[in-house]
Amino acid sequence: MSSRSLNVAARLDWITLLTLGVLVVLGWLNIVSATAEAEVVWDMGGKAGKQLIWMGVCAVLMVGLLAVEGVFYIRTSVVHYTAVMLLLMAVLVVGRKVGGARSWFGVGSFGIQPSEFAKTATALILAWFLSRDGRPWRTFKTRLQTLALIAAPAGLILLQPDAGTVLVFGGFIFVLYREGLSGNVLLVGVGMLVLAVLTILLGASESWYPFLGSTSGFWWFLLSLALLGTLTLLLVRAATLPRRRKAVSRWGTALLLGGMAFSTGLHLGMEQVLKKHQRERIHVLFGIDVDNPDADYNIRHAKAAIGSGGWTGKGWARGPMTAYGFVPEQETDFIFCTVGEEWGFLGSAGVVGLFMFLILRVLHLAERQRSQFTRVYAYAVASILFMHFLVNIGMVIGLAPVIGIPLPFFSYGGSSLMGFTLLLGILLRLDAERFAVLR
Amino acid sequence: MELNGDHLSGRQRIVGAMVLAVGLVFIIRLFQMQVTTDEYRNRAERLTEEQELLHPSRGLCLDRHGELLVNNVPGYELMVVPRAMAGVDTAALATLLSLETDNLVSRLNKARRYSRYKASPLLRQLNAEEYAALSAELWKYPGLSIRTKPVRENVFGIASQIVGEYREVDRQDMNDDGRYRLGDYKGKSGIEGLHELDLRGTPGIRHHLVDVRNNVRNTLTELDSMPVAGDDLTLTLDTELQRYAEALMRGKRGAVVALEPSTGEVLAFVSAPSFDGNLLTGTSRGAAYDSLAKHPWKPLYNRAIRGTYRPGSIFKMVQGLIGMQQGVISPRTHIVCNRDVIGWHGAHTQDDLRRAVVHSCNPYFYDVMRRMVNQHPDKDKFDNARLGLGWWTERVKDFGFGTDLGGHVPGTRSGLVPDTTYYNNIYGRRHWTFRTIYSISIGEGELLATPLHMANLAAIMANRGWYMEPHLIRDIGGKGKPEALHVRQDVDVDEVHFTAILDAMQDVIEDPSGTGRRALTPGIATCGKTGTVQNPGKPDHSVFMAFAPRENPQIALSVYVENAGAGGEWAAPIAGLLVEKYIRGNIDDKARESRVIGATYPLDPTFVDPASLAQIQAASGDPESQDAP
Repeated sequence: MSSRSLNVAARLDWITLLTLGVLVVLGWLNIVSATAEAEVVWDMGGKAGKQLIWMGVCAVLMVGLLAVEGVFYIRTSVVHYTAVMLLLMAVLVVGRKVGGARSWFGVGSFGIQPSEFAKTATALILAWFLSRDGRPWRTFKTRLQTLALIAAPAGLILLQPDAGTVLVFGGFIFVLYREGLSGNVLLVGVGMLVLAVLTILLGASESWYPFLGSTSGFWWFLLSLALLGTLTLLLVRAATLPRRRKAVSRWGTALLLGGMAFSTGLHLGMEQVLKKHQRERIHVLFGIDVDNPDADYNIRHAKAAIGSGGWTGKGWARGPMTAYGFVPEQETDFIFCTVGEEWGFLGSAGVVGLFMFLILRVLHLAERQRSQFTRVYAYAVASILFMHFLVNIGMVIGLAPVIGIPLPFFSYGGSSLMGFTLLLGILLRLDAERFAVLR
Repeated sequence: MELNGDHLSGRQRIVGAMVLAVGLVFIIRLFQMQVTTDEYRNRAERLTEEQELLHPSRGLCLDRHGELLVNNVPGYELMVVPRAMAGVDTAALATLLSLETDNLVSRLNKARRYSRYKASPLLRQLNAEEYAALSAELWKYPGLSIRTKPVRENVFGIASQIVGEYREVDRQDMNDDGRYRLGDYKGKSGIEGLHELDLRGTPGIRHHLVDVRNNVRNTLTELDSMPVAGDDLTLTLDTELQRYAEALMRGKRGAVVALEPSTGEVLAFVSAPSFDGNLLTGTSRGAAYDSLAKHPWKPLYNRAIRGTYRPGSIFKMVQGLIGMQQGVISPRTHIVCNRDVIGWHGAHTQDDLRRAVVHSCNPYFYDVMRRMVNQHPDKDKFDNARLGLGWWTERVKDFGFGTDLGGHVPGTRSGLVPDTTYYNNIYGRRHWTFRTIYSISIGEGELLATPLHMANLAAIMANRGWYMEPHLIRDIGGKGKPEALHVRQDVDVDEVHFTAILDAMQDVIEDPSGTGRRALTPGIATCGKTGTVQNPGKPDHSVFMAFAPRENPQIALSVYVENAGAGGEWAAPIAGLLVEKYIRGNIDDKARESRVIGATYPLDPTFVDPASLAQIQAASGDPESQDAP
């Protein structure tokens, strides 16, 4: 095959690789600062030193990944997926519990998180499955199978439990959308989001009811939803042509009942299933007063750190909020606080810009592929990056609830860095082969 | 091309647009948080920056010779970080601190409300012994630490009423002056209060960066400032004289005020019973304050400036001087001792002015007053009384009576010189005549003055017609005496008129028949006047005012001893001893001294108050002193 003599270096998308490099270096600088180890960087025992080792390992890994023929990834995607599924099951049994989630394999002082590799494996299997016969999304059965491929690892991760990573798997909806999933699904998604916000806001309010006395305002909301929905449905039905009225009635009723069921389920879930501190986290996000002053401790300090950066920040390793431990988990999930505090608006907007650029670049790579496998895979990569970006930065600037999820290439952690290296390394190799492949 | 799903390639724009939208929202949000508002910056500064106040050392108080009166000595505060106190055995800690458990718990809760992470005081003003007892056990309680904070010490425990209190600020103080924070101290009364601004100095500030556990991690030295110590005050008091006066007044109620006539400086200032101001600092304050406040003799009441008494016979000199100045009498005017109009004492019939003063002849000064009031033969007795009293009031106020004497001694009351308005309010217009008001002619009736006014009168006599407004401050921070304390007030009486009065005052002490014989100090020409102030239902007050020596006077003073009988009995010997002490520096007449020091109530056998007697003897720590005269 011509790929044997492929000059990877000549075909490599250096722009993406360079962006990754910049992000990793910036991330490392912030880890040094956040762990207040500016003086002891070269002592490999510290977190900054460990991260440096991981960076070296990942650089080697990247070279290795680029050297392997793309066809290997395609053919072994099932193997990867199966292996990851086994690891995810194993970790539930023999895993180490860190921060309430059983998600780590301990290897000496280093830990490995299989869920980081599950993302790559799922991206690969998805690409393989959707490009398998070149005719995806025709049958209900295929769609169900696709869903199962995503849901299986996500379900296992939910058992750990690691809500953040599960959320990332939700990002695969963009891949499916690109590959032909109806846009209505996205619309329904947005509708559910609106319903969810209203449910949470009104659910936390107090209201008075005849015979029942004072309790959650949610039930008024549900009643109004039913009345207004029915009224709207009747009006729309009256305005449509008689021959389409039956369809309108059927779909409208389904939507209305579905919405009400979703709303009720969410409300009951909030009240009955979630623990108090979890509910408070969500309430804090929506600006609802909570009795516990410590409930929004993390996010209050995170926002103070970022907001105190001003235009240009306080300078590298000079941010007292992050250096002196006011921000929790500041070298991992809250690493962006260090960026905001020490590099200011210019620095943090720059980092946001870098991530936007990276994601758009990956989308660009996706669209220039002739191979459907590579395109699907690239979309999966972009979706994963996008979800991490959305949830992590949204969380630290107070636009999303506190959900533990690392910022790609920035956050401290070997598994995370290695997972993203795998993800991008495979993509870059596949992209380098784009002219050589006719599949 | 169907294979590659290119008919769906438009969807990449929708996905791309979502990425852009999210990124844009993030950037706008970052701009809003970091650039448009200070809210987060302030919040971060509140969390990470701690300003440590460096307390300036408070100015000291010295006496007129530079002797230390009020000092700063090491004191300690027990600080607590509530977060580190979780799981501590409060009962054991309460025992260690000798507090009730409830008390300790409420103190801990107060500290917790202030901050869980930052240290706040649990116990204040511990002395060295209390600190030593605590420090051995302190390691058991990780949340506790000791901070040094100086306390005020009144070196000799004297002049406590005039030095005043230095204690913790209250909410009002913090509202009035933002500089005071919870737990700060300030001068609340007396010199400490009046000169708070001079004494307190300027605190320095040290800026720290602290970590989440409130450990200091770094300093921001460029913002720091050093504390500037407060100004030292040099008081006008003479420590030796003050101590001696307090010793003489022990076991008695009353007041002593001694002035330097040429300057108006207060040399000694006693309100008896006095107390040791050090009792009102530190952990003992509550109990000590309670016992002082409840004491039947009211030691917290500053009689020297708050006690308004009838001046009594010493006022006759004022009458004589005004009368001479007005020309209604001369030193050679003899007036029949008409014993029908007013009470009298002594054996005399028709004295001149000098003898009338020596004999304290009431009818004489009754008549002087009548002559001064009824100066308008063409008017009726009501108009005469009104016009005459109006004129007389102004003359008397020249002597400082009825004024606050410049108000330099904090808390001075004006006393009362009744004027026409006063009597109009009581009796109604044209319903009073000289016969209504005559008792003021001999310093009785409605006249009220403080011992400070009486000492000031002695200074006027010493100076022959003027006084400097009395004050307590000689120097503030080496800058000299404030201009406002150099105020001379002239009395509208010519110097020539003083000779007869001063002759009489010297006779009071030196004449074998003088009422003030007990004030006699051989070799020191002392001028004085006794007063025996009527006190219906109770023994008379014993009053004496004096200055010495007659030429070039160095000390003018008044002594007021409540319910002690005749002025010559107790007030005169106390005045004499103080003159001897101040001018000679030592006491030759030991008999006179031991008679006074040994004396305690009942000075007059008819006035016995056994309950307060027992308490006073216990309080004054002077059990031997019971031999009443």
